[in-house]
Parts: sequence; C-alpha cells; structure tokens
Amino acid sequence: MIQKKQLRVSAIENGTVIDHIPAKSLFNVITILGLHKFDNLITFGTNMESQRFGKKAIIKIADKYFANDEINRIAIAAPHAKLNIIRDYTVIEKRVVEVPDHIEGIAKCVNPKCITNVEAVVPKFKVLDKISVSLKCQYCEKITDQEHMVYL
Amino acid sequence: MKNKSLVAINDLSKEEIVKILNLAEEFEKNPIQNTLCQKVVATLFFEPSTRTRLSFESAVNRLGGRVIGFSEASNTSVAKGESLKDTILTVANYSDMIVMRHPVEGSARYASEISPVPIINAGDGANQHPTQTLLDLFSIRKTQGTLNNLNIFLVGDLKYGRTVHSLLMAMSHFGATFTFVSPNELRMPDEYKIYLEEKGLKFSEQTDLNENLDKADIIYMTRVQKERFSDPVEYEKVKNVYVLREGMLQNTKENMRVLHPLPRVNEIHTDVDKNPKAYYFPQTMNGVFTRMAIMSLIFGLE
Ligand SMILES: [Zn+2]
Repeated sequence: MIQKKQLRVSAIENGTVIDHIPAKSLFNVITILGLHKFDNLITFGTNMESQRFGKKAIIKIADKYFANDEINRIAIAAPHAKLNIIRDYTVIEKRVVEVPDHIEGIAKCVNPKCITNVEAVVPKFKVLDKISVSLKCQYCEKITDQEHMVYL
Repeated sequence: MKNKSLVAINDLSKEEIVKILNLAEEFEKNPIQNTLCQKVVATLFFEPSTRTRLSFESAVNRLGGRVIGFSEASNTSVAKGESLKDTILTVANYSDMIVMRHPVEGSARYASEISPVPIINAGDGANQHPTQTLLDLFSIRKTQGTLNNLNIFLVGDLKYGRTVHSLLMAMSHFGATFTFVSPNELRMPDEYKIYLEEKGLKFSEQTDLNENLDKADIIYMTRVQKERFSDPVEYEKVKNVYVLREGMLQNTKENMRVLHPLPRVNEIHTDVDKNPKAYYFPQTMNGVFTRMAIMSLIFGLE
C-alpha cells in the first residue's frame, strides 16, 4: 500500500519531501515558501487519502534543503507537516515543523482597519495558540484565526 | 519610561502606573511647572477629538513647553496622500515628542517603531487610548482614596467599548471586583473574562442597570450606539434601558462616583449632573494632570 502511494509522486535523488500537508493548505504552503519562484524540479501530489487529515498533499523539491526558520514558516498553514531529507534516494533525516512564537510577513491581519492593511507595513503577529494556530496582530491587537488566514 | 513611547495601557507595569498617578497628584497641587521648558510637542490629530487635544495642549502649556500640530487631517499633506511614515519622520524633525490620534488601528504602534522621538497614542481607532485609562485611574483613586479592592460597575457597550476594556486590564492590577451591565448583544467578550479568571478576580454579569447599584464604588457609564446592533429592533428595545437617572442613585454608597469618558449623549440623564456623585466633569480636569505627569516622565523627570 505504502509502496503504491509513493509511486504516485516520483522519487527524488536529493532534496526535501514535505509530507502531511492538509490538502486545502497545499497552495498556501507553496505561497509561503515561494516555490513558484524556484527553478528546482518540484513535484507535488494532492488529495491523497490520509488517516489523520482526510485528504493530504505532499511536495518534493529536488536539490533543496531548508533552514529551520525557513521551513517553520509553513507551520501556520500545515502545523503537522513532516519533512524527509533525502540524499542519494535515501531518507537521512526526518523533521517536524515547529510553530514559532512570533511570525512576520507571512499572513495578513484580518482587520481591514489595521495599519498593515492600509499602509506598506509588514504584518507581525504573536502566536496565541499553537495547535489551532491563532495569531494576535502586534499593531491592532486583533486576532486572526486559521479560518480567516490570508497569506501574503 | 524615559524616552519611551506610550502606545497601549499594557505597556505599563503596575509600578509605572502608580508612579504616573503619584506625579499627577503632585501636579494637581502645583500645576505650574517648567519640566517641558525648551521642548516642542507635536499634536497630530488625523481625526478630530477636541477634548483630548486641548487637554494635551493645556498640559504642555502648563509645563512651559510649546505646541505645534494640526487638529484634523483635511488641510495637511496627509489629504494629498502622504503616508503616515513620511508624516511622522518629517514631524519628528520639528518636535521632541509626538502626540497622535489616528483612525487606523495599530497606527500608533507603527509610528513608535519608526519615530526617532517618543510617541504618545491619543487613540488609534477602536484599539487603544492609554491616557484616557490613566485619567480614569487617577479619578478613581482620587475619589476612593485607593485603587485596591474596589467594586467597579461597567455599563453600556462592553463588547466594542475600548475604554472599558483598557480600564478592566489596568484595574486588574489592583484586585478589583467587576459587575458587567449590558444588553445581551453587547456583553463583555470572553477573552476579558478569561483574563480575569486567570488573575483570580471576581466578576458578574447582569442586564438590569437597576440591580445591585448599592454595592458599587464606581459606576462607569458608556454609550450604547445604534450602529453596533445587527438588528435595529434589538436597539429600540434597549436604547432607554441603559440610561442612568438621579433617582437610581438614592441607595448608592456615599463614596460612589459616576464616571463617563465623554462625550455623553443620553446615557446619563442631565438630572444626575447636580448630584455630588456625578464625577464626569471633574474627570476631564484630571486628564490634564495625568498628561502632565506622563509627558514629564517621558522627558526624564524623576
Ligand atoms: Zn492588525
């Protein structure tokens, strides 16, 4: 069974596989990591059956390794994502993402009257809840929850 | 506090709050001082608020400082589309401190990040207005002789009312007991109730303004605004319910005082004005002393 699923997205020689992304968050993760601007070979699969999420997505990025703070940015969209670091077709390391205490320049503030939505100000948030992921704006102090999150 | 901005009431520790109130009390005794001599304070009111602006300007003048600024944005470069950033960076060259009121929420925090001179937030939309809270605290302490363990009744729009939220946060340093009086649509949001529970403070909720008033040390009135209701029928039902009348003060405590951030519309009947328990006009005078204290501390007075 596992073998079959793996085959749906081709294996990579070197690079990073990001697994356990909720299917609905796939494009958010792509946006957050800026994958649309990459030249690397990238393959992804979505709407795959997962016992934990219902539908999950997976991204494979060839010849790319992420620093912790770089990859942790996706935690607000995919808090349960798992990383497999691949070298020579072998998983040499597994990592989980960690929701940071503060985030900057990833999501928009939900409040239309907030300075970050009026002037060119980079949104900054304090992460209030690491499980459901809710964000408190450091400017207007309003809370943006997962449901209302719009990514920059 | 020296050279620091004041953006939100939670920027201040309990000790800093007490220090401000103590100094305000000194200024009340000796209102003519020179602590702001040679200083220029800019009052930038991107939206009009005459009372707040005059209170700040009076405070600067009493301290020997000078004021520049504008009382609304329409005749300024802001109306031509200048960004807040550019306005702040420009005015910072002309002044030693900027007092700003702006309709955009979070604008004061942002200004404090980019400004080379301290910023005092005189209201950023529905978000924060810390000097109002400090003058409320000063008024409460002055009339009650203490801030500790008081019974505070918050009345009216408790859902959107920024002044009541800030007052609740600040009073929580001093072990207060709260009674929330509001229509169901405008109840105190859960986040503030959770905050009080975490701090181990007592509160209760009621919809009837007539109940339990004999227990109050402070009745803090706010306006119930029509535009806050999704259903106009609901507003019509409650609009005359949250009006304080003189007869309702009959069995209240001798020390009880009625506060209101003003402007009042009809939520306190004018027949209350002559009652010695009405304190909303002296409350505004306290704003001048409180702002004198805040500005002096930011300019480094010990
Ligand atoms: Zn915001």
